Amino acid sequence: MAEKHKLLEVKGLTMDFGGLRAVDSVSLEVHEGEIAALIGPNGAGKTTFFNCVTGIYDPTKGDILLHPKGLPTRRLNGLKPNKVTEMGLARTFQNIRLFSDMTVLENVMIGRHCRTKSGIFRSIIRGKAVREEEQEIVESSYQLLQKVGLAEFTNEFAKNLPYGAQRRLEIARAMATDPFLLLLDEPAAGMNPQETSELDQLICKISEEEQIAILLIEHDMKLVMNISNPIYVMEYGKKIAEGSPQQIKDNPKVIEAYLGEETDA
Amino acid sequence: MTDMLKDFKQSVLVALWFVFLTFPLMVVRVNTMNNVVEWRWMNLVWVAIAAFVLSYVWRYLLARKQARMKVAEEGIQQQTKLQVLLEDMSFRYKAMGVLLIIALAFPQIFDTYQTTIMISALIYVVLGLGLNISVGLAGLLDLGYVAFFAVGAYAYALLNHHFGFGFWTILPVGGILGCLFGVVLGFPILRLRGDYLAIVTLGFGMIIKVVLENWSEFSFGPSGIANIDKPGLFGMDMNIDSSTVYIYYIMIALVVFTILVTMRLRNSRIGRAWIALREDEIACVAMGIDMARTKLSAYALGAFWAGMVGVLFAAKTTFINPASFTFMESAIILSIVVLGGMGSILGVILGAFILILLPEYLRAFSEYRMLAFGAAMVLMMIFRPQGIISNIRQKYEYKGLKEETENG
Repeated sequence: MAEKHKLLEVKGLTMDFGGLRAVDSVSLEVHEGEIAALIGPNGAGKTTFFNCVTGIYDPTKGDILLHPKGLPTRRLNGLKPNKVTEMGLARTFQNIRLFSDMTVLENVMIGRHCRTKSGIFRSIIRGKAVREEEQEIVESSYQLLQKVGLAEFTNEFAKNLPYGAQRRLEIARAMATDPFLLLLDEPAAGMNPQETSELDQLICKISEEEQIAILLIEHDMKLVMNISNPIYVMEYGKKIAEGSPQQIKDNPKVIEAYLGEETDA
Repeated sequence: MTDMLKDFKQSVLVALWFVFLTFPLMVVRVNTMNNVVEWRWMNLVWVAIAAFVLSYVWRYLLARKQARMKVAEEGIQQQTKLQVLLEDMSFRYKAMGVLLIIALAFPQIFDTYQTTIMISALIYVVLGLGLNISVGLAGLLDLGYVAFFAVGAYAYALLNHHFGFGFWTILPVGGILGCLFGVVLGFPILRLRGDYLAIVTLGFGMIIKVVLENWSEFSFGPSGIANIDKPGLFGMDMNIDSSTVYIYYIMIALVVFTILVTMRLRNSRIGRAWIALREDEIACVAMGIDMARTKLSAYALGAFWAGMVGVLFAAKTTFINPASFTFMESAIILSIVVLGGMGSILGVILGAFILILLPEYLRAFSEYRMLAFGAAMVLMMIFRPQGIISNIRQKYEYKGLKEETENG
């Protein structure tokens, strides 16, 4: 089998907040068709890592390189978040950040924003092209809602959705930006076992059917071990291990990080 | 039943408390002429009754609001009759037709005085709709909105005074100048939000006024500019009455134009981006929306209307000076938006009529105007924070819709 195409390459990423080094030269790669996972104890710097990659923070050191298929490589350092999203890298948030006073459908429609282009004047005149584009946005957004199983809530306000559905809506919204790589920040946080297993299936479905590679942060070990490979482990801002689920399970450093250091009594 | 009893008891307590608090003011009066103390016991009774009734009504309204919220939380989408009516398209068209006929017939039925009042109400409608773009849709609190209004008014006054340009030439120019000032103000405040934004815009409003007051060579200072031309109609001479009617019709056209444009903008790709920006800035940016461009466009488009209607204001009054552009004006325009319902076009129009027309027709109570104003705001925030008419979400047609309704 030929070497899989490398989509995201992070080299020696470091992020300092004043004197605090939140992320310390972490390297990571995500290939086409992969579901990679980033795990680690609370405060290990996983979300900071995500924020650096998606342009919310400008990293202190290191390179974030995006290799879209058939397009030249782009360095993401210091790009604005909307530029990063335009390049095909979408994300969800750990603490749900939906547009709560907009309907479910509109939330997804926002995701289409960067792939459409009606400007102010054309919107005021509302010619045929604009109307067609609007209709295209509505249809494709509705299809996405069907895919993640939220079609029944289409015209509800996002704030009225149950928790698990809000998480799925975030994923749908991110997918509306036509990404080739999706970053999910703790998608299963606060979900019950049944919702988690549904999410499990959804993530696999996205990865297989939509050809979207996925990088996820997660605390739910069962979910991570089930679906992701490779797994990267972080602790205190440093990457301490990487490999297949089995390798991670057996890695003494990881066990130490999660269960605490063995001390001689 | 127990609730009612509890409310009753609480209200009695409130009444007693108020009696105690107001006792020295309302009951005791020292008559210095005759050196006697007057005891006005009747006042005590009135205070008690008023406090009791107010407190009871207050409690009743709060309880009703809470009951409603509970229902809403249980996920039952309840719509008031008004909302159902407003969503019915055929009703909307009929209502719009009737309103337009009334609006067109208005100056024929009523006298010039009424028409003048109506013009100023319509001016505030446009101002409210403009501010609604930045405050209601994009969530950028702007306390200096009147500055753009001043820009438009002075643009016409100065260009007319120095170069003799006519109203129709300057009308779009005023709008565009407002737009430009919107962008100029927009750049430094791109990074700000919330309170900080409010303070900077407040400052901007003040700066414009201070500049206009003090830069006498440019703006003629506090004495203002007089003898500004009224709008012309193919060079016809008009007396005051017909000219007022003419301005009224221009204003109606401008209002219709504003409603049309803001409505289309709200339901467009740009409008959605504004609303998303209001809801969550970080998520909005992460979804690929250019924050700088979206904020600037909201500011510029909001300012556009103020600039344009400023030109009309100058043409209507034929005299302007900086006193017309105080912070009070900004506050009133903002109140119109908040009272009417942020983001709701119909709400803003209603808000403008209520806040501008009521004081005009209740001149007898003009001393209490600000008091009533404040009280109305406080009550509004407690009982109906979404405004008189809350924003109605657009319904979209999609392919799955038909099957869904057939099955359900």
